[in-house]
Amino acid sequence: MRQTKVLRNIWLGIENLLLHKLRSFLTMLGVVFGVGSVVAMLSVGEGASKEALEQIRKLGSNNIIISSMKSAEEEQRSTTRTMMSVYGLTYEDQKRVAESFSTIRRTAPVKLMRKESRLGERTLELRVVATTPEWSALVPREVLAGRVLLPSDEAKQAPVAVLTEFGARKLLATKHSVGETIRIGGDQFEVIGIVKSESGRAGNIQIPDQEVDVYISLEVAKKYFGDIFTKVTSGSFERERVELHQIIVQVDDTKHVEATAAGIEEMLGRFHKKNDYVVSVPLALLKQAESTKRRFNIVLGSIAGISLLVGGIGIMNIMLASVTERTREIGIRRAIGAKRRQIIFQFLIETVVLSTTGGLIGLGLGVLIPLLITYFSGMATVVTLNGILLPLVISMAIGILFGLYPAMHAAKVDPIIALRHE
Amino acid sequence: MIEATNSGPRAKIVRLEKAIKTYQMGTQEVRALAGVDVSFEKGGFWAIMGPSGSGKSTMMNVLGCLDRLTSGSYYLEGQDVSQLDDDALSELRLKYLGFIFQSFNLIPQLSVQRNIELPLYYLGWDAIRSAERARELAEDVGLGDRLHHRPTELSGGQMQRVAIARALANDPQIIFADEPTGNLDSTTGVQIMELLAKLNEAGKTIVMVTHEANIAQYARCRLHMIDGRVDEIEES
Repeated sequence: MRQTKVLRNIWLGIENLLLHKLRSFLTMLGVVFGVGSVVAMLSVGEGASKEALEQIRKLGSNNIIISSMKSAEEEQRSTTRTMMSVYGLTYEDQKRVAESFSTIRRTAPVKLMRKESRLGERTLELRVVATTPEWSALVPREVLAGRVLLPSDEAKQAPVAVLTEFGARKLLATKHSVGETIRIGGDQFEVIGIVKSESGRAGNIQIPDQEVDVYISLEVAKKYFGDIFTKVTSGSFERERVELHQIIVQVDDTKHVEATAAGIEEMLGRFHKKNDYVVSVPLALLKQAESTKRRFNIVLGSIAGISLLVGGIGIMNIMLASVTERTREIGIRRAIGAKRRQIIFQFLIETVVLSTTGGLIGLGLGVLIPLLITYFSGMATVVTLNGILLPLVISMAIGILFGLYPAMHAAKVDPIIALRHE
Repeated sequence: MIEATNSGPRAKIVRLEKAIKTYQMGTQEVRALAGVDVSFEKGGFWAIMGPSGSGKSTMMNVLGCLDRLTSGSYYLEGQDVSQLDDDALSELRLKYLGFIFQSFNLIPQLSVQRNIELPLYYLGWDAIRSAERARELAEDVGLGDRLHHRPTELSGGQMQRVAIARALANDPQIIFADEPTGNLDSTTGVQIMELLAKLNEAGKTIVMVTHEANIAQYARCRLHMIDGRVDEIEES
């Protein structure tokens, strides 16, 4: 009974609003765009940060990544004089790091080089990632065919290679290619497996996980390719000697990550004269990204909040005008016996219906925009349940908040004066 | 003053005692009612007459529970209502009173049916019963075929009939009519007055404000007011 009465009141409110279709629609627009922008902004923000967080998480929140870096003075020297630059992490570094900390579960040394590779008829420059079998435990990838590097390969110094999905595809390799021979540089390797590719760029950390990688044993790489790399840049040779490009360290517990990273930093500092390495902690980046996300959301939220505020003021403005216009109606209702709160209720329902309808339309708009953004720009967007419920609740609250004053204004009308109102 | 009981055919339905109503007009205090003592019987048909500024509208507003006295007492069916608050007065209007105005005062955006249903809506009737009652009332005033029209599509006489149907919707004890023929031509005015007279014969108490003598002839008692006082009461 009570329920049907509320429904009837809502229906009467809708009827009244439908009498002025254009005006009601225009009044609603503010809330439509306000809610639309809240939903759209939240989903774009959510999507962007989720993408970033996902990438960082892929690096492993328990991991520490130590990368070789050409120091600034080295950079200077190599351009002025033709000589070999020697820098970066060493095999010795990896051993020291792995042995010095009880909190470290495993480490994977990584050596990177670019080599012309050939499989059957096709040639492609691949990035060769020379590492140990620990790698696959640190950066787990789905095995599409064959197998990954095993400790036995390392022990035997077997010339075997694991391709990534995209590299394999470019070389026209299929799962039947497992067992075939791939030429890397001048040497022949047996393809033992293909793993799934994942685009692996996260923040400023480059991990050896690009789409066209090939994985081989570090021991094999040392034996076949050595430590000296020659780069040909604009006609001049540049030679450098780098033992390891990266050491990926996995710590046993997230709690120990930061302390271990600081320890590694200090320890390496004692052995390196030059500042030719950098220790990065995905966890720290994750925390930073999360706080950036929070700040981002606050900024977006306040912009959208302002547009909602403007929408609310628009509604209030029209409702005040409507109250003045309907003074006589209010007088009639009061003379017939409507109580003040019934007048308040009537006008409040109209504003809430107006703002909630606006909110629903805005919601539709706000869900559509992220879909279009994703469709056209490929940017990830995420519409969360909160991202839907929050604006709806807000639009109803706006109806009540900005409707209350006009409604009270209406209820204050003196019926005697109102009945004389023209 | 022994007739305070509200039983019996001659019971006083309204009674004003030393009724004073003052307004502040700028710096000046205007006495719209300057101590009125008057009482009407149940089932009567009263015309309140007087020149403008005589206080007849104020009298009507007070009797109609739209306005409160500055001092004095107002008994409605024996109950002192002069100290009641706004909500309680609204409740009285809703349950016991009906209003007819010079300018009809129908709500323009609502259909005839919705206008008639208005008091029932505030009385909490459900939609089906209200619609039924509205149809009956519209038929009673000869507008059964106009239920879904807008007031603006009706003539003045028809609009006033709708207003009368609306005033009757809550089956009121008293009907207040403020210059009910003021906006109508004389022929339609007569029809409306005959309708009111018929309602009075059927037992409704009617209190009417008018300054037209020929219209006042329909009432059984005429109360002349001057300067906020009752000048004379003539019965016919």
